[in-house]
Order: sequence, then C-alpha cells, then structure tokens
Amino acid sequence: MISVQACLDGVLLGILFALIAYGMALQWGVMNIINIAQGDLVILGGYIAYFMYLYGIHPAWGVIVAPVIMFFVGIAIYKLVINKVVDRDLFISILATFGISILFMQLMNFAFGADVVLANSDYGTTMLFNNNVVLPNSKIFSAFISILFAICLVIYMKKSKLGRAIRATAQNARAAKILGVDTEKVYAATFGINAALCGVAGALISITFTIHPYMGLPYTIRSFMIVIVAGLGNLPGVAMSGMGLGVFEEFADYILGTEFRIGSVFLLLVLILVYRRFKLSRKREYLK
Amino acid sequence: MKDNLILYIGILIFGIAAPFIFPAFKVQLSILCVLIVLATTWNIQGGEMGYNSFGNILFYGLGMYLCASVQVGMFFPLAEWTESGGEKTFVHTPTQFFQGMAVGLLVAAIVPTIVAGVIGYSILGLRGHYFAICTLGLGVAAGEISGGIEIIGAGQGFTTPPFPDVGSLDSRGEFFYFLSFFTLVLTFIAVRSIYSTRFKLILNAIRDNEDKAEAMGIETMKYKIIGWMISAFFCGLAGGIMGGLVGYIDSTDVAFDGREMGVFMVLMAILGGKGTLWGPIIGATVFHIFKEGFWTFFLGWQYVALGVLIVVIVIYFPEGIMGWLREKYPERFGEVIDEKDRKAQVELK
Repeated sequence: MISVQACLDGVLLGILFALIAYGMALQWGVMNIINIAQGDLVILGGYIAYFMYLYGIHPAWGVIVAPVIMFFVGIAIYKLVINKVVDRDLFISILATFGISILFMQLMNFAFGADVVLANSDYGTTMLFNNNVVLPNSKIFSAFISILFAICLVIYMKKSKLGRAIRATAQNARAAKILGVDTEKVYAATFGINAALCGVAGALISITFTIHPYMGLPYTIRSFMIVIVAGLGNLPGVAMSGMGLGVFEEFADYILGTEFRIGSVFLLLVLILVYRRFKLSRKREYLK
Repeated sequence: MKDNLILYIGILIFGIAAPFIFPAFKVQLSILCVLIVLATTWNIQGGEMGYNSFGNILFYGLGMYLCASVQVGMFFPLAEWTESGGEKTFVHTPTQFFQGMAVGLLVAAIVPTIVAGVIGYSILGLRGHYFAICTLGLGVAAGEISGGIEIIGAGQGFTTPPFPDVGSLDSRGEFFYFLSFFTLVLTFIAVRSIYSTRFKLILNAIRDNEDKAEAMGIETMKYKIIGWMISAFFCGLAGGIMGGLVGYIDSTDVAFDGREMGVFMVLMAILGGKGTLWGPIIGATVFHIFKEGFWTFFLGWQYVALGVLIVVIVIYFPEGIMGWLREKYPERFGEVIDEKDRKAQVELK
C-alpha cells in the first residue's frame, strides 16, 4: 500500500515538475539558455500565493495572479540581463543566471524570512483503497491545474501568431529574422511565458508542499534533468519523465530517508548524464 | 625573464614578511592564499582546458572532511569526537596535532586526486554546459549526502581539532598563514612549470577544438583526466588547510559550499582573466579585498551584492583584468603591432 501511495504522490508531483520543465525546454529551445534561476522563479511564484493567503484571499487564486506578475518579472529579467548574454557562450549565460539565482534567493530571504511556509488551502483529503492511501485534494487540484495550463499553452503555441513566431525562432532564428519576426520581442515573450509557468507551478507548490527561499536550485536541476531525458520539444516525453522523476523521488524519500531526498535527485542527474555519455560514445558522439 | 625573477623574489619576500607587517590580517591573508590556490587550479581546467566546472568544490570539501577526520581519527575515536560536538573531551598534544595535520593534508590531497581520476573518465566525456551542470549537481549532491552521514557530524557539523597551546598566542595564525603560503608557492611553481610544457598546449588544443585535437592524434581523454586530477590535488590541499583555519566544518555551509566557494573560484578566475597565469592571482586578490570590504560594510546584504557582482562581471567584464590589460597594452604581452596601423585605429576611434 505504501508503494501505491508513493506512486500516486510521485505522479501528482511529477506533473508539477513537468510543467516547470516545459518552461525550461521552451526557453532552452528558443534562446539556447539554461536558466539556473528557474527554481527561484518558482519559489517567487510560491511566495505570491502565500502572501495572498496571508491577506485572506484563497491561495488558489494565486494560480491566476502569480503568472501575471511573474510574466512581467520575467520580461524585466530579460531586459536587464538575459538579452546581453543571449548570443554569447553558454557558460556565460549559466553563470549570469546563477548570479540572478543567488540574488533572488537572498532578496526573498530578506523580504519573506527564512522560515518554511505553506499556504493552507483547506481542500481536505481523499481516502482510497479502504483508507490505506491518503491523497490530499490539493495535490489532485494542482495536478489538474498544471495539465490545464500545459494544454492551454500547447494550443496557444500552435494557433496564435506569437506562438508561431516563437516556434519559427526556435527552428532558425536567423531565417525568422529575415522573414520579419522581431526575435528580440520573441525572446522577451518566451522568457516571460517561462516565468509565468514558473509562477503557476510555484503557486501550486505553495499550496501542496512547502516553500523556502533556498529551495530553488533543486527545482532547476529537476527540470534540467527532465528536459535532457525527454529531449527538447518532446512534450509527451517531458510529461512522462516528469512523472517518472516524481515517483523516483517518492521512493528515494521512502527508502533512503528524507535527508537524502535532494541528494538523490542530484545524484540521479549525474548518473543520467553519465549513462547518456557512455551510450553516445559508442557511436563516437557526445551530448550537444 | 630577469625582471620576472626580481618580481618573484619580491613577492616571496613580501609573502614571508606579510604576517609580521600586518599582524591583524593574518587570517585574511591565509584565506587569500587559499583563494588564489583555488582560482589558479580552477583555471587549469576551466581556463586552459575549456571545461567549466562548478564541481571543484567537491574536491575542496572532500579534502576538508578527510584532513579533519584523519587528524582526529589517528588518535581518538572519530564517532565519539563528533558526538561530543563543541565540548572537547579529547585534546591533541602539539606533536599529535602536527603529525595529524601532516598525514591529514597528505590524504586530503591524494584521495580527491584519485576520486577525480575515477569519476573523470565518465564525467569528462560530457561537454560544454552538460559538463557544467553535471559538476554542479555533483557538488550539491556531495553536500547533501555528507550532511546525512552521522560519523562526520551530519547536519550539526564537525569541529576540527583546536590548535594546541605551543606558547605564544600568535602561533596559530602564523602556522596557518605559512602553511597556506607554502601551498600557494607550491601551486604557483607547479602551475608555472605545467604552463611551459607541451601539456598546456594540449589543454589549449582541447579547449579550442577537441575533435580536431583528437584527429591530430592526441589522446584527449587522458589529458583531460590528468588536468582535472591536478586541479583536484590542489583543491583537496586547499580544503584541508581551510578546514583547520575555519575550525568548524558544516556540510553545506563550509565544505561543499557551492553557493559561496564554488562560485567564488569561477568568479575569481573570470575576473582576473581565464587562461592566463597571473589572471586568477590578480582576480583572487582584487575579489578578496572587494569582498571583505563589502562583507563589512553591507553586512547581511553580501549575497545580494554577490549576485549583482556575478551578473555585472559576467556581462560587462567577461575577458577579465588580464584581457583588458592585453587590449590596452598589447606590447607587454609580446604581441607585435604595427605602429602605423595602431595609430590609424586610434584615429578611427
């Protein structure tokens, strides 16, 4: 029964991870930037929902408010920092976003304090299988909202003009520019959408789990891992590997103990990268 | 070469005299030496080889834990030591302390080197940003896992043996200063002699185009691993010294502190100019002075300042101080420039 519990928890958690990873895949594909600050954007979104909760508004509304605020935060970050590193060496952009990550972490620490907080949604729990499996309704709610947002985004990317421009830029930025796409604007919009997705995920995390200013980096690593396992632009793959990671984490938590949970995530990343490296090196290729 | 020799002797004399000229800054000077060692060795694989690692903190933290545990474990039961925490039930005699330190530093240098060699084959096959993120993951994972191991203090930390009473009060600072200064000199000599060999050219070839280097018949993997092992050796040594200097080891805040030391070493090398001999040294010195000033005046805001600093350096100053100097005074770097051509360029500007 515990394994059923862990599986269900993991799948619901994994859907959230997949939403964050989708944002990362989007900006990675379009701008060729790996955003180390991804996790900190998530936590910032979480704090927005938490503050709504503190002021007596139901935190579930954070799912609508957080992405709007985070969209503008994302555009501000893009205008201030990212547009200067976008065509430079990848390491430069990693380091620059690492700087943003440290900055955000610390600003959040000042602004919101170093306590672990959560926004209580009062959704109750659902009991399954003769009360052996306990599922908080907030987790089901968050998974449902994540799927909803992901579907909306996919449709938006397929149908709208901006979505088409983003996809064109991802395929070939230069050709898109020649054909009249304002790539600068597309980049800004991509970063904004990514930040908005992080905001949604953060708001959901603040309802279902806990948030803390320093908890950002694991979310970055998780989304990075999901993206490299699934590959860029492979949406069902992102969803599947997100759920896989969620299940893995729940089992690691259960078997090894909570103190090794984050460590096992980071170790899994190293193992996956090493595994792929050996698999590719048989064909005399390497991860690009 | 000749004026370089005078420069070296001057720096050496200054280095030996420094703790007596500035007795109040002995600890700071020792930290500076350790930082220079870290930046210089990061530069071997980050600057020269082109493998930008966030994971050298792994060797640093490993060295720190190893040195302290050997120093304790040689004479006393390690588990009881960590359990007693700050309260000292066991006291090292001076002989025991120095013996332990010597053996500990030896282990702290050798084990990370072996670890680098063992994991190097799998990890150095990754390139570019995959390597950077993978090493970042390694560093954080090491911190998280060591924070769960009971025998080295788990989450509550590990107190290193206190310096024994050998007479004067200043001897602790002097001992650690000269230890770190000696390590710095050793590192400098080693790195300088490496940079004058074919090995450095091979590393540069790997940085500039690994596929072509391989096509030219260089066994790139072998050299990459050796380069990383050299880095690991000095990182472990620096970690061991720093552990004794700080006196207290915590898994994520002192040893595997990717947020602080792990970024510092990258930042210092970039600030000074990657891929140069003097760049990391200048970068570390400037950074340390700047950091200490900031840490004192903006207490509490230091990480905010650090984040801004990283972004500013990376965006506006990616070539570093040496790169800037090179652009300003190319003749000093042995680049011959046609005077007429240069004037024409200046006029154009």
